[in-house]
Formats: sequence, C-alpha cells, structure tokens
Amino acid sequence: MTPLLISHFTATSGIGRGLREMLSSIENKRSALAPCRFETVKLDTYVGQVQGVDEQRVVAQFDCRNNRLAQLGLAQDGFKAATEELAGRLGPKRVGVFLGTSTSGILETEIAYRHRDPETGALPADFNFRGAHDTFSVADFARHYLGLEGPTVVVSSACSSSAKVFGSARRMIEAGLIDAALVGGVDSLCLTTLYGFHSLQLVSSQPCRPFDVSRDGISIGEAAAFALLERVPSSVDSNSILLLGIGESSDAYHMSSPHPEGLGAQAAMTQALTTAGLQPADIDYINLHGTGTPSNDNAEARAVNAILGSSVPSSSTKGATGHALGAAGGIEAVICGIALQHGLMPAGLNTRSVDPALDVNYLLENRRGVLNRVMSNSFGFGGSNCSLILGRAG
Amino acid sequence: MPAAQLSAYVRGVGLLGPGLDNWANGAPILAGRSPYVHKPAVLPTPAALPAAERRRTGAVVKLALAVGFEAVTNADANAAELPTVFTASGTDGTNCHEICATLASSDRQLSPTRFHNSVHNAASGYWSIAAHATPTSSVLCASDASFGAGLLEALTQVTVDRTPVLLIAYDAGYPEPLNSARPIPDAFGVALVLAPSADSPLAQIRATLSSDAADTMAEAQLEVLRASIPSARSLPLLCKLASKQPGRVVIDYLESLRIAIEVS
Repeated sequence: MTPLLISHFTATSGIGRGLREMLSSIENKRSALAPCRFETVKLDTYVGQVQGVDEQRVVAQFDCRNNRLAQLGLAQDGFKAATEELAGRLGPKRVGVFLGTSTSGILETEIAYRHRDPETGALPADFNFRGAHDTFSVADFARHYLGLEGPTVVVSSACSSSAKVFGSARRMIEAGLIDAALVGGVDSLCLTTLYGFHSLQLVSSQPCRPFDVSRDGISIGEAAAFALLERVPSSVDSNSILLLGIGESSDAYHMSSPHPEGLGAQAAMTQALTTAGLQPADIDYINLHGTGTPSNDNAEARAVNAILGSSVPSSSTKGATGHALGAAGGIEAVICGIALQHGLMPAGLNTRSVDPALDVNYLLENRRGVLNRVMSNSFGFGGSNCSLILGRAG
Repeated sequence: MPAAQLSAYVRGVGLLGPGLDNWANGAPILAGRSPYVHKPAVLPTPAALPAAERRRTGAVVKLALAVGFEAVTNADANAAELPTVFTASGTDGTNCHEICATLASSDRQLSPTRFHNSVHNAASGYWSIAAHATPTSSVLCASDASFGAGLLEALTQVTVDRTPVLLIAYDAGYPEPLNSARPIPDAFGVALVLAPSADSPLAQIRATLSSDAADTMAEAQLEVLRASIPSARSLPLLCKLASKQPGRVVIDYLESLRIAIEVS
C-alpha cells in the first residue's frame, strides 16, 4: 500500500487525557484499573474509567456518555483545531469520518429501560435513539461537531473496530473519493459489556494480567482515540508517524473464542507485513491485543510466534488502560505513535510471571530504544482480526 | 478536481423483503413487469450453519445469511473466498430489547448467547462460520445512510484492492418500546456480488458522490419501503438492475451527500 501520514493524533483513557498525560503514565508504569464503582454495577471487577466524562456538555441532539467521552477526547492536544484547519485546507467534503465503537450510547437505553411507563411500557419522552443509542451516533456527532462533510461511517466489528477504520479510510483516500480522514474509536463503560463479559466468565476479579501464567480474564476500560490520515507530502519531519501496512482477516471459527492456533491472527499479521513491504525482522515492537483471557493470549502468542518469532519485544497495554473494546485498536495505535516518537516500549502492567507456554518476548519493564516500525494487533468477537504497522518517517 | 469514480461489475443479487421473496421473484416486480403485492417478509432458517449455531440466530442473522448466499449462488461465486461488507442500521432488535429489559430488572444475569449476539458484527461472524470465509469483513453502520456507506466501502475494495466483494445490507425492526423510538416496519435485505472484471455480469456500475436529490420509487408501496427501511434505499438501483435498462440513478446517502450511479 501507499503509506499515509498520521498528521495529528490524540487519545484519552483512564491513564490520561491527551498525549502528555498518557506518556507520563506509561513512563511511570501507572495503571488506571480500579475497583468498579461505575453507575449501579455490582460486579467484583476492575475497570479503567475516564474521569470527568460527565462534566462535558454535549449538544442535546447528541448527548450521551459516549459522545461526552468523544468530545473530551477531541478537546485534547489541539485536535479539534487541527481537524478544522485540515477541513479548511482541503475542503470539508474532502475529509471523511471513520470511527469505531461497539456499544455507542447504549448506556442511555439501559437507563431508560428502568423508567418505562408502568402502564404502556413506553420509554421516557426524552429518550433519544438517533443521537445516543444508534451505533452511528459517535460518527454523526463528530461530523457535526467538527464541521466535516465527507463520507462518514461507523465501523463496528467489536474489538477490531477502531483498527479496521484505518483500512476503510486508506481505501477511500486511495480511490480519490477523499483526501484525508478522521479515524479513531470511542467506547465507554456500559452495563451490557460489563454484565455480558461477566456472563461469559471472561472478566477477572483482579486487574487484568495479560500473558501472566495465572491470567484469568479481562478488565474493561473506556477510551477515545483520534487520528488524521493524509497522503504523505513531499517533505515530512523524520519523527512523523506513518501508517505503513494493514492486514484484515476473519477466523471463521467461533463467535466468542479465537481459533486456537490464531490462524486468522496469523493471516492479519502476514497481510500487514505484505502490504507494508516489510519482513518480520523489520518489526521493532508489537503492541499485542493481549486481553488477559487464557484462550485469547494463548492464540495470539502462537500466531505471533509463527509469523514474527519469539524475540520481538512485545506487550499488552490493557493492564494500564483496560480493554477499551471498540476503542482498543485506536488507543493502541496512538500508544504505538507515542512509542515511536519517544523510543519507549511500554511494560505490560500487572503481569508478574509470564506464562512459559507463551513463547514471546513479553516486556515486564519499560524499555528504551530506537523504534522505526511497530505492529499493533486487534482481534475481536466474531473472529474479526486486524493488524496495523506504523512507522517513523525518517 | 474531477469527481473520483468507483467502478464495479454486478455479478449477482440477493433480495428479501416484504412482498419480495428473492431476486428471481423480485426482479420482475421491480422492473414493472409484475405487480407488487405487499406481504410480510419471511426469514428462512440458515441451513448452512451448524445446528448449535443455527438455534442461536435472530432475525438479522437469518436475513443477512439468506440474501448473502442467494447473491453468491446467482453470481456462481465461491463464498469462502469473498471479502465481505456487512452494513446495517442496528443490531438484532429483539436481542437488544431482551438485554436492556434484563439489565433493568432485579436480576441482571445475561445469557452468554444474548451477549455475543448483541455485537454489530454478529451476522458477519455467523457468515464467516457458515461460508468458511476467512477474508476480511468490514462491518458498518451509518443509520439511515447505511446502504450508501456499505456500497462505497464495497466499491473502494473492488476499485483499490482489485478484488471481488460481497456486500450485504440488512435491517430488521425492533419490538416495543424501541420500535416507537426507531420505527423500521419490516425486515429488508439486499446482497450484491461486485467484481473488478467483466465475466458474465448483470451490469456495470460507476458511482460518484453527488448533491442531486435521491430518486424515488414510482410504485407507492415500494416508495414506503425505500423511505422507511435503510437497506431499502437501494431500491432505485435494484430497479435499474432488474429492468436491464442502462441509465443514471441517484440513491440516498447522508443528509448532504448522495451517490449517483451510472448503470450500463
């Protein structure tokens, strides 16, 4: 593929609002995971919650917790201004919007169901399907909030959503339909995912410990991550971040379990290397999907080992942020951008003893070094896999 | 700058909706050669799924798999090798209602099957299992613009990646009380096998973004479907394909953008 410039990026998660706080948390190995006090949830679990979300005032048409988190995220790192500058330079119709989410504003529906009319069963009169519940609402909100007028879509393939947005945006730019794209993902805590993952017995009662020998499940987090994708100009700063490759595949195996050998994950990683024109030895660091369930980490380790061997420094940052589901690919792409620009490979937090059955070079401490090309893995329910390769321009 | 153009050959169509049982039955109606008679859509059980999975599927999965396999059969294509684009305005309505009702009750214990069927990519996941399809699957939502968003995604894959693609657009309604907030009167699904090369196609389509008004349906009941079900925004395009008449058609997309399609 023709590389694309990630000309601006930002992220907000439990470990920080914006890049400076995120970097500081990574440098200090700070995890956001804390006992769940979210809403009325009564589960013995840890979550990576973002503070200050509900202080955001979102226009009534789009008001829901997910869009408040989106607005909080867009306020960091001058991202809104950078997007408006881009739209001014290229024309608002030439900038597309591609955002990932899994549950959008379903929290508001969950709450509205507690307030149904006792006689008719009707939802409260102020229930807002279009601007809140609708899976599209976060992209629709961003389009209106930022004044963008290009093609707009939500990608919702569970935990691969906000990695796959890079693929859809890449194709539309290459086809010439648009010149640039807002990509990213926003997913926020809700009862459906907290109680849902609990029903599958996939939630840990402790902070999640990806790749640990005694790992026993995920910790759910929330995040908003955004990036601007453009064609690479003739001259570009050497510390700029490029999207170099992307691989997408399907397991065709099971709705909620990965293929045990990670065959789909292998296909995604191989395709990412092929589209980037790179060899396995060119990858300096892997940000693993690393959810912390026994079967997910096992399948991913086998896949990484088969394609990239056992020596590439690797870690999952979900021990810091929690699993942000539809925003995971986006937040982890931004962490890869931070890693490349600062030569910092994040330690996998909470993990004490790496499972000897998982033959990968899993980092328990932060590591410094020159990074040129890194891979980010995102694998989701329904067997949806996506691997991104990002690199420094120079 | 000249408008960028996306091009593909239509190899096969699948169709299922109220009064439209399949493409063989629906094409003469859409071409104006047979009368449209409204009756509720009937969703078949997906025979291609293993029995355990089959029992767990709801309306949107049945709908998506039915039109997907019909289009693949009509295109004489191999489902296992086709990248897919799934686009829908929402997830399974009944499943969503049951989850919200359970979470509002005193016992919030969800069924694991309900939860994994709640993801927007449930139909894509079941499709990949049923069709043994390991290529990429894009799973999209753009509310009322979902068909247009899916068509653009599929056409960019055909144009840029030079691969055949199966597009499946589908919507099924919600039970009350969600139906009042988001009324979708019946199930409607359409699937298109789109390809970069011209082996026995039904038609070639060339699409551009446009600000022209969307075409409407001459038949009043079909126009009700077009206006009320997001995937039925495809109907003006399907009419052109059914009538085998070359010409230009504009389909609805976002509030300020439509998609103009030259059919030849």
